[in-house]
Amino acid sequence: MKKIIMLIALVLLVSGCSSEWGWYVVDPSTPKGLSNLRFLISGLEETVLLSFTAIFISVTIGLLIALPGLSSNIYLRSFNRVYVEFIRAIPILVLILWVYYGMPQISGLSISVFWAGVFALALSDSAFEAEIFRAGIQSIDKGQYEAAHSISLSYTDTMRFVILPQAIKRILPALGNQLIYMLKMSSLVSVIGMQELTRKANELVVTEYRPLEIYTILVLEYLVLILLVSAAVRWLERRMNSNGID
Amino acid sequence: MHPNDTPSIIKIENVSKFFGDFQALNKVSIEVKKGERVVVCGPSGSGKSTMIRCINQLESHESGSIIVNGITLDGSRTALDSIRANVGMVFQQFNLFPHLSVLDNLTLGPMRTRNLSASDAHKRAMHYLELVQIPEQAEKYPRQLSGGQQQRVAIARSLCMEPSIMLFDEPTSALDPEMINEVLEVMTSLAESGMTMICVTHEMGFARRVADKMVFMDHGEIVETGTPEKFFSAPDSKRCQEFLQKILHH
Repeated sequence: MKKIIMLIALVLLVSGCSSEWGWYVVDPSTPKGLSNLRFLISGLEETVLLSFTAIFISVTIGLLIALPGLSSNIYLRSFNRVYVEFIRAIPILVLILWVYYGMPQISGLSISVFWAGVFALALSDSAFEAEIFRAGIQSIDKGQYEAAHSISLSYTDTMRFVILPQAIKRILPALGNQLIYMLKMSSLVSVIGMQELTRKANELVVTEYRPLEIYTILVLEYLVLILLVSAAVRWLERRMNSNGID
Repeated sequence: MHPNDTPSIIKIENVSKFFGDFQALNKVSIEVKKGERVVVCGPSGSGKSTMIRCINQLESHESGSIIVNGITLDGSRTALDSIRANVGMVFQQFNLFPHLSVLDNLTLGPMRTRNLSASDAHKRAMHYLELVQIPEQAEKYPRQLSGGQQQRVAIARSLCMEPSIMLFDEPTSALDPEMINEVLEVMTSLAESGMTMICVTHEMGFARRVADKMVFMDHGEIVETGTPEKFFSAPDSKRCQEFLQKILHH
């Protein structure tokens, strides 16, 4: 919280001594400024909804891709490798364009901007999630598998009740990082017309010609959002560490 | 009933096992009868742990046959499931589930694989916690317990599955000396209850008290088997004599 206040103070200070700044464009004391500000913030819901839906899907796909990567079967492992290497090699922006403009041509289905964005972000991130899960699961001592085996647990139960709860606790900081990354990368979905924070800012810049102030507000919007998410992840980590080991 | 009158519950014949180029087991054969207590000893790397790990298929064997409870371990899924359901195992490093309370460690197996209701599993867990004399620790997490208490929880966790055979893989080797006895006491009372047990251990006092049969292994082979009386007073092989000299007079 202190950081945010300091940064805002710094920005205002700088703006005070320079004739280049024109804060009137987002001055909440004027009706015009207030409506501009409201317009900028109105993209928040889309950004959050897009990022959280995408992270939820990418974590799910990531886990499903990570599990074959841990198999002793070479074909399952190869599937994991090919998926991870292939998806990781596609730039997110390119994937967004491909999904929105390219995919409808082969599938014959048109896809909404929102779901194209979710799909592209989730797919792109799933390769990284898969690697995180793989590392987390591999870090669990093999004695845990042997103990689960000795009390007759099936593979699914071993994963669900023994391995994943411990692995997820260990990879929580990395998953938190990915969520933050996702919030930032969601700005790229503005290129296909998604009405999220960046798109709103772009539209306002076009009508108001004040890129400096508007993009500064945009930076602050992401900053506040990400600091909040980061605090929430840390709170979750502390909560999970209050029992058991690690 | 004397153990000699009962049929074999475990029959291992000519079992060999390699880890890469290293031969961990070399044509090992041994029979264990129902209710029999077998203590396996030998220098480290002699294949003791590998042998008992083959019995519940934590390791697979390359040649020879293992028959447990009349079922041949041929690598098939059904044989594996049947064995795991009947053979309990206690590990050197306890291997408790650190994210679960003691009670949840004990009820997980019965609830997921024996279809016990939560309240029945709870009753069973408390019964075995009383048997290992730590019912008051039920709500704690493993890291809050001493090593001896953790190992007793691990024994109770295995017993909750109501196995017909218990395997112990150096259960006291990771414990501080003052905690060894509390675990051995639990194992002794389990032996007295008629459980079929195979224990890999260097606790020779325990072996003298409870073993029906002593097994000495070296370099992946069973070098000597015999009753404790014979084994401790007049072992046949030189290797066994030397080994006993070392561990009995340290």
